[in-house]
Amino acid sequence: MDYIDEKIHPINGITVHTVKTDQFKTLTLVLQMRAPLKRDTVTKRALLAYVLKSATAKSPSTKALQNRLDDLYGTTLSSQVQKRGNDHLISLFVHTANDRFLSGTSSLTEESIRLLAETLFQPHATDGAFDEKTVNKEKRALRKRIEATFDDKMLYANERLIDEMCKDEPYALHAYGYTEDIDSLTPKALYDYFQQALKEDEIDLYIVGDIDRDHILSIIERVFSFQGRSRLVHDFLFEPVHVTAPKVVKERQDVEQGKLNLGYRTNIVANDPLFYAAQVFNGLFGGFPHSKLFMNVREKASLAYYAASRYDSYKGIIIVMSGIECANYEKAVAIIKEQFQSLQDGAFTVTELDQTKALLKNAVLEALDNPFSLIEQLYRKVLIKDSGDLTAWLNGIEKVTPDEVKQVAGMTALDTIYFLQGQED
Amino acid sequence: MKTEYFERLQETVYRHVLDNGLTVCVLPKKGFHKTYATFTTQYGSIDNHFKPFYSEHWLQVPDGIAHFLEHKMFEQPDGTDVFQVFSRQGAESNAFTTFTRTSYLFSSTSHVEKNIETLLNFVQEPGFTEQSVEKEKGIIGQEIRMYNDNPDWRVYFGLIENLYHTHPVRVDIAGTVSSISHITKDLLLDCYRTFYHPSNMVLFVVGPVDPEKIIALVEANQQAKNYDDAPPIERRYPDEPKTAYQKESVLKMAVQTPKCMIGFKEGRVHREGGDLLRHELAVQILLEVMFGKSSENYQALVDEGLIDDSFSFEYTEEHEFGFSAVGGNTEDPDRLSERLLEIVRAAKSGALDEESLHRVRKKKIGSFLKALNSPEFIANQYTRYFFNKMNLFDTVSALEKLTADDLVTVLNDHFKEEAFSQCKVVKK
Repeated sequence: MDYIDEKIHPINGITVHTVKTDQFKTLTLVLQMRAPLKRDTVTKRALLAYVLKSATAKSPSTKALQNRLDDLYGTTLSSQVQKRGNDHLISLFVHTANDRFLSGTSSLTEESIRLLAETLFQPHATDGAFDEKTVNKEKRALRKRIEATFDDKMLYANERLIDEMCKDEPYALHAYGYTEDIDSLTPKALYDYFQQALKEDEIDLYIVGDIDRDHILSIIERVFSFQGRSRLVHDFLFEPVHVTAPKVVKERQDVEQGKLNLGYRTNIVANDPLFYAAQVFNGLFGGFPHSKLFMNVREKASLAYYAASRYDSYKGIIIVMSGIECANYEKAVAIIKEQFQSLQDGAFTVTELDQTKALLKNAVLEALDNPFSLIEQLYRKVLIKDSGDLTAWLNGIEKVTPDEVKQVAGMTALDTIYFLQGQED
Repeated sequence: MKTEYFERLQETVYRHVLDNGLTVCVLPKKGFHKTYATFTTQYGSIDNHFKPFYSEHWLQVPDGIAHFLEHKMFEQPDGTDVFQVFSRQGAESNAFTTFTRTSYLFSSTSHVEKNIETLLNFVQEPGFTEQSVEKEKGIIGQEIRMYNDNPDWRVYFGLIENLYHTHPVRVDIAGTVSSISHITKDLLLDCYRTFYHPSNMVLFVVGPVDPEKIIALVEANQQAKNYDDAPPIERRYPDEPKTAYQKESVLKMAVQTPKCMIGFKEGRVHREGGDLLRHELAVQILLEVMFGKSSENYQALVDEGLIDDSFSFEYTEEHEFGFSAVGGNTEDPDRLSERLLEIVRAAKSGALDEESLHRVRKKKIGSFLKALNSPEFIANQYTRYFFNKMNLFDTVSALEKLTADDLVTVLNDHFKEEAFSQCKVVKK
């Protein structure tokens, strides 16, 4: 038996995943809608994600809906948009307490499922258009959300690096869309797109908690009343990008600390045989406090407080992030490049390899202790069409050899350096 | 060993005080994979004036020293970094410093007993040198600069700075680049010896563990170390007037959207136990009633274009200080500040709506249950409550017992205009 008791049920053209566990004091529902990342739908989808959770026909204002949620013992309804490789995901979340721990209620489970279904099947809309007031309110909120990235310099530097590095690739599109698209989105056009998404998106629904499967499934079958929808499965698409010469992009703003981000291409994605080795490579490079970046950029040279790397296995890239004194740019770039080179040369010890494997395994097991990260882990299999279980994942990491790590390092190349620096004195 | 069983929440805490004074708490979590442990001293950024261990003389230390010490504890006597040991044992480790606490922690899904020993041992044996203390100044300097560029952090600390005249809570936890330049190895050791005695510390372990085994392990570990009995720690804080230090400040930063945060300084300090628990819950409920998403006010502020999703509110209270903070991004910081103050005034002159009280109470009970999914929440909050002589698991019953009358009293006491201030961040 694997670590997770997941059952998969095709219902009304979507895929329902149930996980029965008494580990949590809550019931968690996550609905994932997946479509290709495209310039002409990215802003629509971002707006749609928030319009859906903003009001329903039954609770037609934020206040009415929030009153209802508070009454359901602080049940939360939220949404988010994300990109995964070339895909754009809309996620809707409902999180509620388990009735068992409350006196005076026994309907939270059913109410929560109904509420989530309501966002899709009884939205606040009439005559084929969303409620205008709701749409306008969410348009303004979306604009604010997009603009907020500029004010968070870490996020901003990361976004700018991807802008430059992945120009002309769908991945450069911003998950939250573009302010210039917002004005032209009408309540009618948005509703039309919504109907299209309900038909064409790949849809998965996750339910995690101490559930009675039969009971839950019978409710879902009734309330998630998709009409004439056939179950869609999108392929995981990936096209490698080969680097010719690294780009350097510098920008100035009135900041105290320089943000130095470097983008590397591995071209190794989650369904690649070298995926596990790529995880280990990133772990050795900058994934942990024992990694080369932390030990050398921070501990040895005292150049930074944070110096880390992150592997995006849906896109096959590794991003290095650090915050440094602007004057130390050359020094920091040199040290980061040296660390990368040392991995290409195979200069890492068995201890470092073992530490990295231990922490990668630990991270995956820890993720099981939070319903949202558990669902994210399960959904990864849907995204890359992988049927492997957690044991396979743990074994995959364990079996990585030093040669495979060297092979990954050899395939990896620096694509872009982005530096956000302070104003000249 | 003391056992506290909370039937409704189906949680049990095993608590034991060792001979050297260390309090050990274990909360077994069935079905979980990871064990999360915190080792916390009741010592934070505000404790900058005290009598060092076995000294008759008061000592004033540089701002940011508690946080600096937290960084340096990771260095072991042989010069290596304890992160390396934790990694070998499959554990993620970290630490954080607040106004009143310093916590060291790990989480791991294997080698739990070894990791607990490593946690205890590294925090109980400083290994830093004069040289390594100097080197850390570069790293912490960058940490300070990172926060200096973060407008949310700046507006929050700007507010606290406005509320307090002299109390050290008004200084950033990490100190300033200038204040940390005065930190030396000897000063760090003075702080260490004074505040890291086991009797001033709590170990909290939560995960799929056997409490008796864990407590026995910790007991054996501690018995092998020689600690003298410690006299009570003497700390000194300045007398803080009840009024706000200044009404307003404006910071100019490289932002696109301005920010505004308003707040009130709590006039009565030194609450503890049930008194503190009731008080902080009451302020939190009042904030929710006045500014929560289900309030008329929230809807109005959104409709007026004054707030967005970043809008939030919170209340912080510890033995020596307390303050509320409300705000977020806004196109018009002046107008938002006026409106927020108006809402508070209206609440004070009107009657408390029993129905919204009832709803908010339900929401808070449900939110508390959700939080109990998180081992991090349990360990960190239980420890905080414990230092303040409260019990985390009394939250639900305390929420149920709060009456409308209690809230009206708190509304009039906490939200006083003389204790009001605001901080704004605007585009440079």
